[in-house]
Amino acid sequence: MQPFHYRRADSLDAAAQAAGASRGSRVEAPVQFVAGGTTLLDLMKIEVMRPATVIDINPLADRYGAIDATDRGLRLGALARMAQAADDPAVRRDYPVIAQTLDLAASQQLRNMATLGGNLLQRTRCPYFRDVSWTACNKRDPGSGCAALEGVNRKHAVLGVSEACIATYPGDFAQALVALDARLEIAGPQGRREIAAADLHRLPGETPNVETQLGPGELITSILVPAGAWTRRSLYLKVRDRESYDFALASAAVALELGDDDTVREARIALGGVATVPWRARAAEDALKGRRLDEAAAEAAAEAAFADAQIREHNAYKVDLGRRTLVRALLDAARLEIRT
Amino acid sequence: MSAAAPEPKANMGRPEPRLDARLKVTGEARYPSDMPVGHPAHAVLVTSSIARGRLAGLDTAAARAVPGVIEIFTAENTRELKHLDYVPGGGGPSTSVQELGPEIAHDGQIIAMVVAETLEAAREAAHAVKASYDRQDPSATFDSAGVEEKPAGKEFPKAGDAEAALAAAEVTIAAEYGTPTQHHNAIELFTTTCVWDGDRLTVHEPSQFVYGLKNALAARLAMDPAKIHVVSPYVGGAFGAKAQMTPRTALVAFAAKTLGRPVKLVASRDQGFTIATYRAETRHRIRLGARRDGKIVAYTHEGREVTSRPDAYKVAGVSDTVRLYDFGTVATHVSVVHADRNTPGFMRSPPVVPYVYALESAMDELAVRLGMDPVELRRVNDVTRDTVSGKMWTSRSLMKCYDEAAAAFGWADHKPEPGAMRDGDWLIGWGCATACYPTHLGATAARVRLLPSGEVRVQVAAHDIGTGAYTVIGQQAAERLGVPLAAVTVELGDSDLPPGPVAGGSNTTASVCSAVIKACDAIREKLLRAASTSNEGPLAGRSPAELSFTDGRAVATDGAAESIADVMQRLGTAAIEEYAEYLPPGAPADGLRRLYGGKAVLTGGPHGEKIMYALGAEFVEVRVHARTREVRVPRAVGAFAGGRIMNTRTARSQLMGGMIWGIGSALHEATEIDRREARYINDNIAEYLIPVNADVPSIEVIMVPEEDAEVNPAGVKGLGELANVGTAAAIANAVYHATGRRIRDLPIRIEDLLA
Repeated sequence: MQPFHYRRADSLDAAAQAAGASRGSRVEAPVQFVAGGTTLLDLMKIEVMRPATVIDINPLADRYGAIDATDRGLRLGALARMAQAADDPAVRRDYPVIAQTLDLAASQQLRNMATLGGNLLQRTRCPYFRDVSWTACNKRDPGSGCAALEGVNRKHAVLGVSEACIATYPGDFAQALVALDARLEIAGPQGRREIAAADLHRLPGETPNVETQLGPGELITSILVPAGAWTRRSLYLKVRDRESYDFALASAAVALELGDDDTVREARIALGGVATVPWRARAAEDALKGRRLDEAAAEAAAEAAFADAQIREHNAYKVDLGRRTLVRALLDAARLEIRT
Repeated sequence: MSAAAPEPKANMGRPEPRLDARLKVTGEARYPSDMPVGHPAHAVLVTSSIARGRLAGLDTAAARAVPGVIEIFTAENTRELKHLDYVPGGGGPSTSVQELGPEIAHDGQIIAMVVAETLEAAREAAHAVKASYDRQDPSATFDSAGVEEKPAGKEFPKAGDAEAALAAAEVTIAAEYGTPTQHHNAIELFTTTCVWDGDRLTVHEPSQFVYGLKNALAARLAMDPAKIHVVSPYVGGAFGAKAQMTPRTALVAFAAKTLGRPVKLVASRDQGFTIATYRAETRHRIRLGARRDGKIVAYTHEGREVTSRPDAYKVAGVSDTVRLYDFGTVATHVSVVHADRNTPGFMRSPPVVPYVYALESAMDELAVRLGMDPVELRRVNDVTRDTVSGKMWTSRSLMKCYDEAAAAFGWADHKPEPGAMRDGDWLIGWGCATACYPTHLGATAARVRLLPSGEVRVQVAAHDIGTGAYTVIGQQAAERLGVPLAAVTVELGDSDLPPGPVAGGSNTTASVCSAVIKACDAIREKLLRAASTSNEGPLAGRSPAELSFTDGRAVATDGAAESIADVMQRLGTAAIEEYAEYLPPGAPADGLRRLYGGKAVLTGGPHGEKIMYALGAEFVEVRVHARTREVRVPRAVGAFAGGRIMNTRTARSQLMGGMIWGIGSALHEATEIDRREARYINDNIAEYLIPVNADVPSIEVIMVPEEDAEVNPAGVKGLGELANVGTAAAIANAVYHATGRRIRDLPIRIEDLLA
């Protein structure tokens, strides 16, 4: 870890002002925000991130740490803790997929500290990214290459990959937001704006070092999840090597609105563990719409979801596993008893 | 009594809570790196990022410029340290790669150590050290170009003509198995703190063998071992990784001497993967031949193990597997494959974890081929006279273990067809396997002191690596001297005490208790003689044979009694202290002298006049999701026989922990290697998986009463490395039962069960 300046921001303006001078993408900026610290401090300890200044935004939790549920939807403060959101009765009742992505992530201790906004920005677990003694990592050092392409890549992505990077997006919560068409309120040196949660993360392409749309000094302040007929019939299925405290090998966030005879009116699907970004599976959704949700329909959707998958030496299984995960999630969601 | 404190059965001691339990849960117990020392400087290691080649340059200018940096130790300024020959075995160096370059022999080799005023400065500077290399392509493991394979010995266990017996056998199976690299990953990291006082050195380091560490360190520093004091009262997990001296210790000692102040090192988790030892990957080819009634007529086992380029570490577990059953004929072979890796070493149950996994998987394959219940297959081949040596067993309760575990598990409801048991979307599989561990005995000394108050102090430089050694040694002394456990103080883990055995091979309880018995008996002898040969007092004129000690009193068979205090007053002494040495049968005559010199002296297992092993039977249920193929273990039952059980609470804890470890071995633990660079990839405990609580919902431990007067005076066989043997095979066998898939390479993962 390198020495750094520590400041506390008591307001959004102060945060923006403190961060405003830096250039480049957000993750490379010399000024970084810290909330729960569960990602940033780890990355600083292993020298993957070496910010000159760290701005503590926890004081903003007074304003951006609440969870409000209305008929129109959910408003989640970006500084709400994961555990706080997971335990919220309205979230659990009306948006089970959100509660489940949080419950199944990390450990209780981490969930008590980590914030929702920080969770969205959690960085990849790619071992070549996280160990600076490996020189080839386009995400850390643009143009240096990618050690994972021909390395140990059992946990790497098969969707959204490029020749520059195959690092998996490791989170869970983002899949729920992407599936539910959530929007993000963002504040920064240039003022406020709102984007779709699905647009937050950028595909690696040739610039895997630029991970999100956020510019230097920009902060997620709130998460807005619109209400919908599908949010109650929703779930998150996470398949992993051990039962708890592990990242997904494959996961699926699914929300369904079913008509008579299990006909699919609306299907919202996002995949995790298999892609470089939280992955909205629109082809799978399209394959389901208007069809009766049975095993054949689910399998057709899963086939569509992975049609463009690209595999490497150790991760070919993720295509099959990803499909099976989605099929199981869809069939489980169709079977849910929904109280109205 | 509760589940955690089982009611003792025959030949079992009380479930006394650990003497150090409160200290540990309250954080009062001081582990070596917790020891306060005056004004320490902080050390951080710099390790190589290549596995083979030469250090071309080491630029320390930027590191030296970091405020607070005191000195940077490199190959250049550490030449005074003596090189020690590598000898596999407790106490010596863990590797022959001891220098900081310029030759690089493995990934993560120490190439520099930064010492600074603060940990933060040392860490910052360590990252600023820039190494450049002349890199050569390394060989990572089996099948890599450039590895060298050699036989791991001249002779291997053999009996009769196995090839002929196989050719004639009515039923045969042949299969290959593999186990991965694993790292101990004790929660306590590899730490060393060194403090000099003139020419005397104190070392605070977690150790499984303080006498070994003292003597090996003295050799590297070219000094008198009598001037080194190793202090290691508590060890936060060791599992074999702290039984040898790793290169860091001499470096820290040298730095402290050079700088004239204490130096403290806490190596990082990822560095722990390369600066110490690990369990090497193994491969096995097994053939079994049998009659249709299940009687085995031939067993062949060829093992291959990875080791480092310079050192021939091996576990060669065929010397244990050949004892397990009545095989008729046996042929075995073991070779080591030299690759560009750090030197492997002991890891909990070194020989038997991989070799018994392979054999017990093959036994299940044979049972399937025969259409025979796997428990009955073991019964048909149970053994009393060793196939290879013709020796008898001291005691063997394997089938009692099977019967008790099978009953508790409900094995009678087993439907043997694969896939025959199912619960909704989950396929259920049941499997079983044998656990075994050789009963090792170590040369040891012990000192016991009795005061008139009935207080007892036991001193021996043995080690409590989290197993409960303080408690069971205390129980042994209390029992022998007839005082309550609360009156006994036990001191361990200090090289100024009489030497104890290496905490390896699960020998501590058996060996140390045997020595403690000897010392206590000498004290009893003195007391009883004083009481009975006296001219007055309640026991005057009694024969020592009719006297015993209870509740702090010498008591005659008719109830006449005299307190210890009174007897000692009669003796005119304020304390009785006895020093005893225990030299196990089969040990060299100079075993104690060797022990004082830091050499572990272990006997037993298959090597004595009789075969001695602890045994067990493990049953597991697995559930495999029909669609997504996750494997989970909702319950496991193990029954174990290990001679006298000193304490049912600590024994259960050891056995339960072992089975959990076995679940990890089967499903989770594996160190991944980048084969291009021969470098470890998942060198942290977020990615190196071990079971969490959710992975072990139900573990039932059954202790089967067993008496064995032949193994040692304490009648103890040792349990620490028993229960993690067999679990992996039981799980693999259960996965076969659930899915019809035989997975022979561990760990078993989702991708093995798809498609």
